[in-house]
Amino acid sequence: MKFKVIAGLVLLLGIIAASCGSETDMEFKRYYIGGEQLYRERCQNCHGKNGEGLSNLIPPLTDSTFLKTNKKLLACIVNNGVNGQLLRVSGKSFVGNMPANDIAPVDIARILTYITNSFGNKMGTVTSEDVARDLKDCK
Amino acid sequence: MRKLAIIIGIVLLYAACKSDGNKATLPIYGNRDTKTDTVDGKPVVDTIYNTIPAFKFVNQYGDSVTEKSLKGDIYVADFFFTTCPSICPIMHRNMLKVYNEFKNVADFKILSHTIDPKHDTVPVLKKYADALGINGNNWWLLQGTKEDTYTLSASYLVSPPQENAKEKFIHDGYFILVDKQKRVRGTYDGTLEKEVDRLIADIKTLRAESNTQIAQ
Ligand code: HEC
Repeated sequence: MKFKVIAGLVLLLGIIAASCGSETDMEFKRYYIGGEQLYRERCQNCHGKNGEGLSNLIPPLTDSTFLKTNKKLLACIVNNGVNGQLLRVSGKSFVGNMPANDIAPVDIARILTYITNSFGNKMGTVTSEDVARDLKDCK
Repeated sequence: MRKLAIIIGIVLLYAACKSDGNKATLPIYGNRDTKTDTVDGKPVVDTIYNTIPAFKFVNQYGDSVTEKSLKGDIYVADFFFTTCPSICPIMHRNMLKVYNEFKNVADFKILSHTIDPKHDTVPVLKKYADALGINGNNWWLLQGTKEDTYTLSASYLVSPPQENAKEKFIHDGYFILVDKQKRVRGTYDGTLEKEVDRLIADIKTLRAESNTQIAQ
């Protein structure tokens, strides 16, 4: 009898934990899958299928340290592009320029969720609220 | 009788194998014409193929490049501009593969014609080449007048670039393979990895073909 109660409780806790987990998980997946599509349409030509970049023309998206330290700048980079600022990524600077993107914050959030959780990066979900907040601080 | 049939069979098989072994030649593209000459009082018909006409451009080192600079070379041509935000990065990521495969081959070259000569001056092209990581003389980035470049694109059998306010230039992402006789032997979509693998294979075929022709 006691055993059954305990087993029931464990099962219940398990279900709650799983459904909580799957809610944030679902959110992450929605952002990530949407971002993958947008990345293919808007970024892959330059940054490459595997985020490898192109020689010293276009930086890779595989430098987790760069992405982490500049986390709050990423929305601005995607929104406004980069023109002659010469970022240093993986110890190099790059000759090319990056064009601005005229897309909604939620799409920027999707793309950032995708790139910061692919190519060996693992930084969790970037939400449209994060993006809206970061865009206010663009230089 | 039976023996004869077997012998004929073997001969036929051998011939089939042989022609199979020789099948590795690439088609010759473009309009062709015939020319009839008289040799020893007899008419001889010759095929005239579409060939790349004479040209004069300047490369990323500031050296002048003409059709004579390519004498005895197989080459691949494409059209691009250094500030192209769309397909050029894909094309040149793929072209780097071709470059790396053949960079130590003396009779092979890559010619990338800029379609934005106003912006892409010799120093700009040199900077681009350095950033791309290419050196030596196997890959030339060529600048010339817009008219010359656009006219040349027609003889490569690709559509001439179009100017457009938003995209600046619209152009095909084709890689064109040209043989030592300046004939077009293949066109490849330079934005597709699979096509670029086909190009690399075809360059090997073409090199083998022209080497045996020289030997003959
Ligand atoms: C036309 C080519 C091009 C396109 C398209 C492009 N970028 Fe970039 N991107 C660049 C270049 C070049 C830089 C570096 C600029 C500099 O240092 O001056 C850069 C820098 C970056 C950086 C910061 C440096 C790094 O490598 O982490 C991020 C993040 C980035 N791009 C993400 C994106 C995303 C996301 C997209 C699609 C929405 C995109 N880029 C589209 C060329 C491009």
